[in-house]
Amino acid sequence: MAQHQVNYASSAGLPIALTSVDKLVNWGRSNSLWPLTYGLACCAIEMMASGASRYDFDRMGTIFRASPRQADVMILAGTLSKKHAEFARRLYDQMTEPKWVISMGSCANTGGMFNTYATVQGVDRIIPVDIYLPGCAPRPETLQYALMMLQTKIRRESADMKKNTKQDLTVQTGRRARLI
Amino acid sequence: MRKYVPKDSVQAKSYYTDRFWVAPRVPRLTVEDEHFLSVLDALGDDSKESYIEVGQLVIHIEATDNLRIIKKLKEECGYTQCSEQSAVDYLAQDGEFELFYQLLNINEAKRIRVVCRIKDGQAIESIHPLYKSANFAEREMFDMFGIKVNNHPFLKRILMPDDWEGNPLLKTYPLEGDEFASWYEVDKIFGKEYRDIIGPEIRDPAHIDREDSKRFSRVGYEVPFGSEVAEAKSEQEIEYSKTLLVNYNSKKSKILDERR
Repeated sequence: MAQHQVNYASSAGLPIALTSVDKLVNWGRSNSLWPLTYGLACCAIEMMASGASRYDFDRMGTIFRASPRQADVMILAGTLSKKHAEFARRLYDQMTEPKWVISMGSCANTGGMFNTYATVQGVDRIIPVDIYLPGCAPRPETLQYALMMLQTKIRRESADMKKNTKQDLTVQTGRRARLI
Repeated sequence: MRKYVPKDSVQAKSYYTDRFWVAPRVPRLTVEDEHFLSVLDALGDDSKESYIEVGQLVIHIEATDNLRIIKKLKEECGYTQCSEQSAVDYLAQDGEFELFYQLLNINEAKRIRVVCRIKDGQAIESIHPLYKSANFAEREMFDMFGIKVNNHPFLKRILMPDDWEGNPLLKTYPLEGDEFASWYEVDKIFGKEYRDIIGPEIRDPAHIDREDSKRFSRVGYEVPFGSEVAEAKSEQEIEYSKTLLVNYNSKKSKILDERR
């Protein structure tokens, strides 16, 4: 965080570190990412394993919260059925800003092997996604890596969330536009 | 002439079928078991047809008598459990649904399948007064086939959402869903006007968006990461191979014409 050490002040016994607001805020945001416990299918087992003692998300400041009001990250872990899509979007809307979304596993990314009438073909149809995490199901290490990727992404962002555009990946073609 | 495609079944079909292949069939044996013979005696004329299939007695009955006959099976023959109840769509073949009730006698360790047929649009009597397990099974049948069940305590869709249109297990229902199904979540969450913005579902697993400069590199020339479509156009038109990159989907004519 600290970029410059200002020596003349520390000589008087005052340790001073200078930084920007963006960096300070993002340092705080990225190091306590609280995901929502939102398991949809078998990926949820891997997500639970990531939170448990062996893989230990807590050491990264990641503590699962059971309420969308307290959560920063939504990990969509598993197959999202069309019946459930409405509730997934409602939970996303209930989360307070700033919020991020990890789409975990093939089913959440694209519908996966469920090429049927009842499955949402990619959760990015209803929710803006920050990280697409491949795998069927992704191992807990992969989820940890996705979370670390999200941390680096957050550190790049502006502290003012209005300046951060979401879902930039799909804006340009016009085929799928930006979801806010 | 265009190839005739039957409209009563839109399910996926195999590309090639052997004309002389005969589907293997479980043999239907005559009833010799003592217990099953006593069951048939108890039913009398109610059983239109009966045989043994994989050690189970299959009884064909009249659909209008289902409650009375199954009640007899439960109370006189000891079939105290209904493990499954559903239907099979034979609408294309016979214009009928085949309903089956899978019953279990725990004391004798025997199973019976009671089969009856109803016409399209005909309702069936609920066996919920006899077996509580039929509650969900009949709701699922109503959900998946649209078969109405008379005197059911709570006939409501069980798997699909309440505002769903269509019955997914019918042969006329496409596996990837009709138009209603493909826009369901968009219509429900954002409204119909967002259809254009969000776009249709991408069902092609090998889908590559050629104008997407973020996930795919551009064919023919390089553009910076995240370029818009307009700025990614080069001044000189790129010559693509006419044989490799023909968009067959844009033409109405057959593929064969394109290759001629």
